[in-house]
Parts: sequence; structure tokens; C-alpha cells
Amino acid sequence: MKKGMSFYFQLAFTLLVCAFLIVPIFMSITAGLTNNYFVGVKSGLTLRWVYQVWGLYSDTIWLTINIALVTTLVNLCVGVPCAYYLARTRSKLSAFLDECLTLPIAIPGMAIALGLISVYGGISEFRMSWLFILVGHVIFTLPFMVKSVLAVLQSINFRVLEEGAASLGASFWQRFFHIIVPNCKTGIVSGVLMTLTLSAGEFNLTWMLHTPLTKTLPVGLADSYASMRLEVSSAYTLIFLGMILPLLMAAQWLNRKPKRTA
Amino acid sequence: MKQNKQYLLLIIPALIVSLAFFLLPMAKLLWLSLTEQHGISYWYILTKPVYLKSLGSTFLLSAVVTITSLVIATIVGLFLTRHAFRGKSILVAMLSFPLVFPGVVIGFFVIMLAGRQGLFAELGLALTGERWTLAYSIAGLFIGYLYFSIPRVVLTVMGAAEKLDHNLIEAGRSLGANRWQLLRDVTLPALTPGLISSGSICFATSMGAFGTAFTLATNLNVLPMTIYTEFTLNANFAMAAALSLILGFITWLCLTIARRQGGSSLGMGG
Repeated sequence: MKKGMSFYFQLAFTLLVCAFLIVPIFMSITAGLTNNYFVGVKSGLTLRWVYQVWGLYSDTIWLTINIALVTTLVNLCVGVPCAYYLARTRSKLSAFLDECLTLPIAIPGMAIALGLISVYGGISEFRMSWLFILVGHVIFTLPFMVKSVLAVLQSINFRVLEEGAASLGASFWQRFFHIIVPNCKTGIVSGVLMTLTLSAGEFNLTWMLHTPLTKTLPVGLADSYASMRLEVSSAYTLIFLGMILPLLMAAQWLNRKPKRTA
Repeated sequence: MKQNKQYLLLIIPALIVSLAFFLLPMAKLLWLSLTEQHGISYWYILTKPVYLKSLGSTFLLSAVVTITSLVIATIVGLFLTRHAFRGKSILVAMLSFPLVFPGVVIGFFVIMLAGRQGLFAELGLALTGERWTLAYSIAGLFIGYLYFSIPRVVLTVMGAAEKLDHNLIEAGRSLGANRWQLLRDVTLPALTPGLISSGSICFATSMGAFGTAFTLATNLNVLPMTIYTEFTLNANFAMAAALSLILGFITWLCLTIARRQGGSSLGMGG
């Protein structure tokens, strides 16, 4: 096959689009490590800005990690049993539940946040605590956890495995923890990674739900973009990318693996 | 019977979470928007130019972004599926990262590209002696929305193109179809469901994108910013509720279309 003009045109176009997506990431990484961005990299590399961000915003980083972990824990306890139920039964209740769980993906975070404020905003102890943000994150990420476990359950024949175990005398909970959970491990792990990434980066909901004492990393980012010098904002972004890129890479690696064996 | 009870036990946590923290808040929002002076907010939205303009410009911007990213991503997606080269898998992996970047970070990337000290400004300075600053206008929003839309469509196109029956193309070619005819009559029709579903997801995400608009400028009158202003500056909860319900309805409609076409809802950025 000869590679004509059209091939090189498409190649150039593709590379340009990839550059559009990737260059800003590298730009903000370099800017965060440069002494003076206006002078350029020749002004020297430094970790000064990263330290400064740590000093100013480390509490937001801890809060974000905290919320992401607790959100994941809640999603595991709530989402996995729910996915199993949805895979197992076809009833009006399961259809209704499925719809309720998918809706938060479709509704913008702002609407959910306004709703939460309108109902629970008056309970000031709840409103002021990080649990308020946690609730928003759970609503926003739970669908992803459920869908990811459900996808695995629907691809395996778990009923046969369960019946086999039941015929050997395994109780309901034994079957759930020893048959169902191990078999949808990949779905659970990818759901966990998804939850962690989405929760760590959630802004639309969190901005409406946060208080001055409960700022998460993306809220802090918005704050630094508005008021800090470019190097500090970049260093902060760098820390954020450092947190979520490993999660994304793990998710990529996980998604590729079953395809190879299948 | 005991069996059934145990199964119900499994969904009680999910039901409680969903009812208390999603359905109840949404119902309250609807209630507030309708009871405040008999739903006058909806009347204002239909009659006052501020809200109509905000709705219209958000709609237009999202539509243009969706069409542009469909065109760009189809070219890139088809190219990436058809040709193998070194480093392709890394490239494809990197293309999917922006899917989960929050809108604020994407806004910052636009500033990096097109802000006062950005790449375009330097480029403009070198070429024409004048700094090109697009970031804080509607063009900046357009760039930002493209940033989170393109990966979504590229991945969908690649998924659909991999499933494309190569025999059909061979058959077309043997019947004497040229490259454009093949694209128009074979490839694009096969991609259409994927394009519709990812296009609707792009549109929905663009309509609801708050973070990007928030980072770039506060006076750009896109719908999420209007909602935010109504809520914080004007303390008009009923209006904010009505607008966000309309927004929610539009995005829900888009995602329903996407689901009909068999698309999965990829992570929401923006």
C-alpha cells in the first residue's frame, strides 16, 4: 500500500490534535518547576513553588484524599450489593433503582448541589462538615461503580457458579462473599479506580457544597488560578496530576489485560 | 420467601442513599421552582432576554463544539485504527486522560495555551508582533470544551471502527468505489450510532460544564454561570432551581438518546 498525500495529511492532523491535548499538560508541569515562567526554563528549575503550594494548600490535599477514600468505601458497601441485585433480578423495583442510579450521571453537578443545599443546608453541623461534600461525591460516583461491577456480572455466568455453591450447602452470604465478589474483582477494582479519580477531581458539585473550612483540591485549584501567580497554580496542578495520573494509568492497564487473555 | 428478603437487604443501602440524597433534593428543587410565586421563574426564563440569551448561547456553543469535535475526532479516530505505528498505544492512552480532568484544570490548560503568557500569545508575537489572547473570550471556552469533547468521540470512533467489517470495504473497492465513496457509503454509516451517542454525550457535557467557564472568566454568560450567579449574587434560589432543572432536563434527554444508540456514558468532565 502506498502512502500518499492523504496519509501524511491525516498523520499531521492526528499529531496536531494529540499535541493540543498533551502539550498543555507538559506546559503546566514545566511551569510549576520553573523559577520564572516569564523568563522561561533558562531561569532554572526549582521545587520552590511545589513547597509553597504544600505550605498553602496541603490541608486541601489531605481532605481530598480523605473524601476520595471514604467515598470509595461507601461505594463498595452500597454499590457492589446493588449491582449484584440488579444483575440478578428483573423487576419494577430493579428498573426503578437502575434509573435512579443512572440519573446523577445525566444531571449536572450544580443541580444536585443546589438540591442538597435546599434540603440539608439548614442543618448547619452537616452543612459545615466534610460529610456534606462526601454525600455529593457518593451520589456522583456511585453510578460508575455500579455500572462497572454490573458489566462484569453480566459477562459471566454467575448463576451457574452460585447454584453449584448452593448445592454444596453454601449460605447466601457465603455465596455473596466467596463467589460473587471474587468473580467480579476486575469490575470492583476498575470501579474503585474510577471513584477515586472522579472524586479527587470533582469540582462542579464541590464548589457549591464547600465551606471555607472544607476545601478540596479542585476548589483550591480554582482559588489559586484566580489569585496566585502562574508558577504556583502550575505547581498545584502538577501535584493534582501526580495524584490522578497513576490512577488513570492503573485503570488503562487493567482495561487492557482481560482483552489479551480473552 | 426468606431468599427474597435477603436480596432486598442488598439494595436497602442504595435505596436509602438514592432517595435521601438524590430524589428528595431533586423533588425539593422542583417544588421550590414551582411554588415561588406560582413558578414565575419559568415565565421569566421564557420572556427575559438575559435568560433566553444565556440558554441560546450555551446551546449554540455546545452545538458548534459537538459538530467540530465529531469532525476532528472522526478523522483522528479512523486514522488511529487504520494505521499501526510505534508508540500508538501510549498515544491512545494519553488521549483518554482528559476524560476525567476536572473543568477547572481544563480551564487552566486553556490559559496555558491561549492566555496572556500562553503558547498562542508567544506564537502571535513571533509571527505578527502581537499577542494572541483568546482564553478569556468565547473562543477560550470553545477551546476548553473541545479539549474535553475530542477524547470522548475519538475513543468511540476507534471502538466502532475496530468492529467495522473489512469485507464491506473490500467489496466496495472491488466494485470500483473511490476513497470518498467508501467513506460516505460504508464507513460513516457504520460509525453513525457511535457518533450520535458520543455526540449527545459531548453536547450534554458542554451544556453543563461549569468548571471551565468558571476558571476562564466570570462574565461569560453560559447557563451554568448564570445559575451560579443567580444563586450566589442575586440569592434567587427559585430561579437557580428552575434554570438548573431545565439544564438537567436537556442533559438527561441527550444521555437518553446516547443510551438508545447503545453508548456507554463515559465519565463526565467539564
